[in-house]
Amino acid sequence: MLAFTLRRAIQAIGVMIAVGVIAFSMFRFAGDPVNQIVSLDTPAAEREAVRKSLGLDDPVPVQFARYFGNAAQFKFGVSYQFRQPVSNLLMERMPATLELAACATVFAMVFGILMGVYSALRRDTILTKFFQAVSLIGISLPTFLIGILLIYLFSVTLGWLPSFGRGDVVRIGWWTTGLLTLSGLKALIMPSITLGLFQMTLIMRLVRAEMLEVLRTDYIRFARARGLTTRAIHFGHALKNTLVPVITVAGLQFGSVIAFAIITETVFQWPGMGLLFVQAVQNVDIPIMAAYLLMVSLIFVTINLVVDILYTIVDPRLRSTIRRPA
Amino acid sequence: MSDAVVPHRVEPNAPAARSGTGWLKRALDSDIFYSFRRSRMTMVAAAVTILFFLLAIFASQLAVQNPFDPAQLQLMNSRISPLWTAEGQSPFLLGTDEQGRDVFSAILYGLRISLVVGVLGVIFAGTLGITLGLIAGYVGGAIDGLIMRIADVQLTFPAILIALLVNGVAKSVFGNRLDAMSTLAVLVVAIGLSFWVQYARTVRGSVMVEKNKDYVAAAQLIGLPAPKIMLRHVLPNTMGPILVIATINLALAIITEATLSFLGAGMPDTMPSLGTLIRIGNNYLFAGEWWIVAFPGIALAGLILSINLLGDWLRDALNPKLR
Repeated sequence: MLAFTLRRAIQAIGVMIAVGVIAFSMFRFAGDPVNQIVSLDTPAAEREAVRKSLGLDDPVPVQFARYFGNAAQFKFGVSYQFRQPVSNLLMERMPATLELAACATVFAMVFGILMGVYSALRRDTILTKFFQAVSLIGISLPTFLIGILLIYLFSVTLGWLPSFGRGDVVRIGWWTTGLLTLSGLKALIMPSITLGLFQMTLIMRLVRAEMLEVLRTDYIRFARARGLTTRAIHFGHALKNTLVPVITVAGLQFGSVIAFAIITETVFQWPGMGLLFVQAVQNVDIPIMAAYLLMVSLIFVTINLVVDILYTIVDPRLRSTIRRPA
Repeated sequence: MSDAVVPHRVEPNAPAARSGTGWLKRALDSDIFYSFRRSRMTMVAAAVTILFFLLAIFASQLAVQNPFDPAQLQLMNSRISPLWTAEGQSPFLLGTDEQGRDVFSAILYGLRISLVVGVLGVIFAGTLGITLGLIAGYVGGAIDGLIMRIADVQLTFPAILIALLVNGVAKSVFGNRLDAMSTLAVLVVAIGLSFWVQYARTVRGSVMVEKNKDYVAAAQLIGLPAPKIMLRHVLPNTMGPILVIATINLALAIITEATLSFLGAGMPDTMPSLGTLIRIGNNYLFAGEWWIVAFPGIALAGLILSINLLGDWLRDALNPKLR
């Protein structure tokens, strides 16, 4: 168990170093940082001085070590567009993205599980067919089209929900939240649905498949023979056993939800990290791009690590059989 | 795998054995075509996909104007609603946008760009993935370990993030003002680099099974060089799953291109793909000019849905376990 955890932790650190090399190469080699700071008519001598002051004439390994050391302290340099430290910009925007991702995940889990259980128990009803059609749409339609469709329906035509922004937010320390005001909650609805729809279809399909499998097992048959109520069998015994893989998938997907928030945030002009990243790509703001890559990688790697370790705790059968993947 | 299929193929009444004429007849009698004919949904999906490809190929003949040529656009004709509405005007079937561009013509040309980027992206990803997968599976050892470790790491990141990063870096290296054709090339590379992993993993798996078979040993025995064995003998036996991945990947590549263009990191306004058209049209949604965004959106959704349905069918049809 300890050996497994250690091995996974070392792997995770390896991945982070690899991503760090990529982020550093982007920062250092894709576009000269000096050119972004000085103006066009700066004489060469002054450019050299700037270069020296930034430490860009040191050997590359030294520069890499310095970049990595700074990144570990959340210092990612200064944004070319905003002339502000990248870490401030990211911290300012992070609550918006995390709140959106969390709401989307909750939406996906609640509706995904409900729809999955229903379509496994009532296999040939019209509602099940409807759910399956929804899941086909959720997989086939690009995220931004779903967002535009929702905006057209609920903002342009019906005028019920705001089409952009977070509404009024409440500041708690450095964190800002839209969960405490009515306009903030209203602003969350459509982006959460847009972002969560794909995960919802994924969870629905998974729950359905797992439920169908579990309902065929002997212990369910035995529970029926004991005369338990259908409700107790379905929800007390069957559903409980389908939840382990569902929670794993939802956990692993949280990273992609944050990454896919890039699209949702652009559609709804949601002031999060994703929108910042898209603007950085459009304006070739390399420090922000590199920092975003590092942040998202860190979230991904941490989630993967935690899920892997939790899995072995939750499911003891895995402990003895875990070996290094071939 | 082939053992399960053989008895099926040599049934005494199988027409291929009886007549023995040409590949067309054999194709029409094959299991795959049989399962194709049985599924109405697949036939519709195939028809729609072919229709989209034809529309893209004959775009310049079917369009009423060239939407990329500013000389053919007239501001007089801007913001006309579709033909069947009260304000509709005659050559503009689906209305016009704010520059007087015919929406139908723009969709035809945009479809062409979307399909070109999608197909080239799939070819690039496939070539890269198949090559690396063949090498990893056939050579094995440290090279295999290195390639597959890179694949593992990349698979944890969503393709759209990688495509955006490649795009941003390319812009930074080549300068922000790329012309439209170079942007297209950058998109193809970005999509290719985001989707190669699946090919590499599949090919590697098949190669590791195939390379222990007698025919590979025989080829090695007569002294064929390794690249020739890989390309001429092992690769053809791994093509089934690759075809399925390529089909589903085409839909993903088109979605990725559309998303990048929608985010403003893809095709420019002067040479719009479907995604660019949707981004432009999105700005006019609040003014009530829904047709500028709706029709490119419907075209994109229809295209992706039909390619996905084809891919699902192909996966089931080529899987001998499901027969």
